[in-house]
Amino acid sequence: MSLDQDTVKNIAYLARIRVEEDKLEPLAGELSAIMGWIEQLQELDTDGVEPMASVVNVSLPQRKDVVNDGDCRDAVLKNAPDNEDGFYTVPKVVE
Amino acid sequence: MSDLTKLTIAQARDKLAAGECTSVELTQAYLKAMEAGRDLNAFITETPELALQRAKASDDRRAKGESLGAMDGIPVAIKDLFCTDGVLTTAGSHILDGFTPAYESTVTANLRDAGAVMLGKTNLDEFAMGSANITSYYGEVKNPWVGADGKDLVPGGSSGGSAAAVAGRMAMAATGTDTGGSIRQPASFCGITGLKPTYGRCSRWGTIAFASSLDQAGPMTQTVRDAAIMLQAMAGHDAKDSTSAPMDVPDFEAALTGDIKGLKIGIPAEYKMDGMDAEIQALWDQGIEWLKAQGAEVVDISLPHTKYALPTYYIVAPAEASANLARYDGVRYGLRVEGDSLDDMYMNTRGEGFGHEVKRRILMGTYVLSSGYYDAYYIKAQKVRTLIAADFTKAFEDVDAILTPTAPSAAFALGEKQEDPVAMYLNDVFTVPASLAGLPGISIPAGLNAAGLPLGLQILGRPFDEETVLKVAGVLETSAGFTLHSGVEE
Repeated sequence: MSLDQDTVKNIAYLARIRVEEDKLEPLAGELSAIMGWIEQLQELDTDGVEPMASVVNVSLPQRKDVVNDGDCRDAVLKNAPDNEDGFYTVPKVVE
Repeated sequence: MSDLTKLTIAQARDKLAAGECTSVELTQAYLKAMEAGRDLNAFITETPELALQRAKASDDRRAKGESLGAMDGIPVAIKDLFCTDGVLTTAGSHILDGFTPAYESTVTANLRDAGAVMLGKTNLDEFAMGSANITSYYGEVKNPWVGADGKDLVPGGSSGGSAAAVAGRMAMAATGTDTGGSIRQPASFCGITGLKPTYGRCSRWGTIAFASSLDQAGPMTQTVRDAAIMLQAMAGHDAKDSTSAPMDVPDFEAALTGDIKGLKIGIPAEYKMDGMDAEIQALWDQGIEWLKAQGAEVVDISLPHTKYALPTYYIVAPAEASANLARYDGVRYGLRVEGDSLDDMYMNTRGEGFGHEVKRRILMGTYVLSSGYYDAYYIKAQKVRTLIAADFTKAFEDVDAILTPTAPSAAFALGEKQEDPVAMYLNDVFTVPASLAGLPGISIPAGLNAAGLPLGLQILGRPFDEETVLKVAGVLETSAGFTLHSGVEE
């Protein structure tokens, strides 16, 4: 499997990672080499094999739908880039 | 070098109990060693005030007869992937600039509640992605061991700072995390013991996520006994991590009986790779002889899908990483690099905030999860993962533990293997299969190669059977008679 520069550009956009134009070609080469190595999986017959969803055979527990945390505004705001009147303020993220 | 920094946890526990030393004395000795060893770059953040405060509190408890047990007063280093309340937590990444959690990860909270003294936060590959500790934003870590030619060596990764700190006697023990070998491989490179418990044995809550179906915390120590003692304090069910096992934690130290008579140890044929280093093969053969001499029965087994483990891992782990690392967007915390639009800000922040290896893995993960490739890569890998786990399940019907080398080589020089990502990924060829199957595994230092560098042997066990893993490791350790003597010491 070989990835061309346009494909790398597209997945970089999907992942929202800026990749400079001159880096696209070397990156496409590296990713193609890795994907080429991964390609050996295709030689395995996996028909009828269940894809693994969890490595431990336990069903996830459910908890009561109750409030079990809170009253920690200062802690929540501690890493806020900015805050106003006890609110966490961020740039506009809905365009 | 102070004699206090040569103590194991078990020895320090006894000395503290007998009043022959205090936690403050131990802690001061380590803080001094940490300072003297700064050129190894093992620590990102040193926390001397906090350490002395906790050491003092430990001594006060002990004076009142209220000691919390074996870990009380023991100075340890914490991999900088565990969130620590009020202490900078970086994951070795630029993108978490200034991030100071207001909460403590469950594993480090367990250690703190057991009285352990945190000396500082250790360096690591960025977001735990690497096998040489060369991808950290905070610089590469040097192995305390030096090659015969005098070249600086890598400590392995991703828990390279933790391994270097323990091997360099800058911490009595350290926490690590292991996703595909990140505890066991650096332990092997640095001549120490590293235990990856069963997936679910330790809570992942508050540990910065890389690949959530694989990540597991564990102890990195000088001895097998210390690994048992430290795991005891780290492990346990946690309601905050739904994948942590709702099981009692056994007395791990009690498992070290030294008696392996009649135990069946499997030797997987597929781990004998073409072109395998003759010294590694010889050490493995020696390990087999040691176990036989102690009464174990050695059995040839087959794990037929072994060669597919690494390519499977390099689909599953990047896929999970691309999802986990989507949260670092410059909006709520950490680094923000402004842009002309919201998309521009995201792309600038992530373009500058992530290093090359992390970007490469996010892109691989994004690719294998993208429309049109999801079935061919991601689902395919999840199916192969089922086959790999089934190999182990079948093998463990006949054997109690499996013996393999930990890594395909000793520590290599800084700067080697950096151009070819696949060559770097091959470091984890012996550790990744058990990670995919969620099994417990330990690496213990078993000998030196001709260049005088440590080599590790790995023991794998059934799910939640760390006790057998520790028991067999203890016997191997005694037979090997390995003593830590890396460059920094003496």
